Amino acid sequence: MNEWTIAIIKVVFIWSWTLLIATIMTWVERRGSALIQDRLGPNIAGPFGLFQPLADGIKLFTKEEFAPKHAHKILFTLGPVLFAIQAFSAYAVIPFGDKIVINAKEIVLQVADVNIGFLFVLAVGSLAVYGFVVGGWGSNNKYSLLGGLRATAQLLSYEVPLGLAMLAVCMTYGSFSLREISLDQAGTFLGFLPNWGIFKQPLGFLVFIVAAYAEANRVPFDLPEAESELVAGYHTEYGGMRLGLYLFGEYVNLYTLSALMVTIYFGAWHIPYVDMSSYLGPLAYGIVSFLVFFLKCAFFLWLFVWVRWTIPRFRFDQLMGLGWKSLIPLGLLNLFVTAFLIQITV
Amino acid sequence: MTPGTFLPSDYLPIMVMLIFATGFGVVTLWVGRYFRLRRPYAEKLEAYESGNPPSPPPRFRFSIKFYLIAILFVVFDVEAIFLYPWALVYDKIGIFAVVEMFLFIFLLLVGYAYAWRKEALEWEK
Repeated sequence: MNEWTIAIIKVVFIWSWTLLIATIMTWVERRGSALIQDRLGPNIAGPFGLFQPLADGIKLFTKEEFAPKHAHKILFTLGPVLFAIQAFSAYAVIPFGDKIVINAKEIVLQVADVNIGFLFVLAVGSLAVYGFVVGGWGSNNKYSLLGGLRATAQLLSYEVPLGLAMLAVCMTYGSFSLREISLDQAGTFLGFLPNWGIFKQPLGFLVFIVAAYAEANRVPFDLPEAESELVAGYHTEYGGMRLGLYLFGEYVNLYTLSALMVTIYFGAWHIPYVDMSSYLGPLAYGIVSFLVFFLKCAFFLWLFVWVRWTIPRFRFDQLMGLGWKSLIPLGLLNLFVTAFLIQITV
Repeated sequence: MTPGTFLPSDYLPIMVMLIFATGFGVVTLWVGRYFRLRRPYAEKLEAYESGNPPSPPPRFRFSIKFYLIAILFVVFDVEAIFLYPWALVYDKIGIFAVVEMFLFIFLLLVGYAYAWRKEALEWEK
């Protein structure tokens, strides 16, 4: 197998894996919501309603698709496609395990280990704005336009604290490569704490997770589609597979953000105090590192659902206030503290 | 990471990923055309406004605040761009570059305080 075959296999694997996770997430979200609200949730299609995502998919796929009379036909279709493109390509630089050895060939479990991984994630993540604003504008509907505008303002505002939090991580690890940052998180520091980002950047993590929820358009920050104010926000006029792309992209984004949080703050595939590679064979180690990484992601995916039914929605002025008046000063403070700590320890 | 290790071929898998991502979006919309009904009628094609006849025009004037946010974002994001290379080599550069960068951030904070004072960060009074 040459490099190209391996690269394509990895792309196909991670692409179908994110697709699968996004599909399962729609089920987890509905069952999880039901669990928290003491309801049953979807339970007809298959055992525990497990085939519900499949039924939903078929329904969205075969549903009538039309653009409203006054909509801009090209932009109306372009919006969801742009959103899906950014959602599915953001995972390219995030690792999904350490490395696996097959036929004495070492394969790194990451699509592309580029030295600017951080910047790539930020750049691609910010393209989501285009999906919202193009769709919202193209719909030519008041609620859609307002939703699109809100999405723009919100995503732009929260990109700044997100960038500031990641900046402090870069200073701590001295690298933009997500694989190098993951490798650096093995072992312990100060004698007992695992060498994880969360212990080195607790304030940074707080800023990051709040900004991540806003970037993902999740409750408590789902103002662009606040159904009590804007019908459905930027996707008011959407139906069928165009809507499906928006919904799917959202879950793929959740997975990407969870994986990013695990990679930079929760020690990627490392288990604290245990060096797995010394106990397991190279093949088993690759699989276990993938599973450990995924289990950590699964926790954060569940956290998205959990938070959704715990915290009520913000008002729009509160949302902007939180971003500009709390998170940005906190992010800068975190930067100063990190800079100071590095100066006194180096 | 050492300087001069940049290889464009590192980025080729990302291109493959982009092709897959675009393919997913385009193919699902395009293939679905052959499975769908199409029965449009006048009411269905109206813009949705909770059942009322849509009142023109949908592209109204919106708050200037959105424009302010965009300007503020440009200022702060450009700041972050300048900070990235600095953060990468932070533990290798001397105290001089550190002080210089903090001067830069301080200048930005003056602008930030001005924006706050002028209530550019307030959404609605």
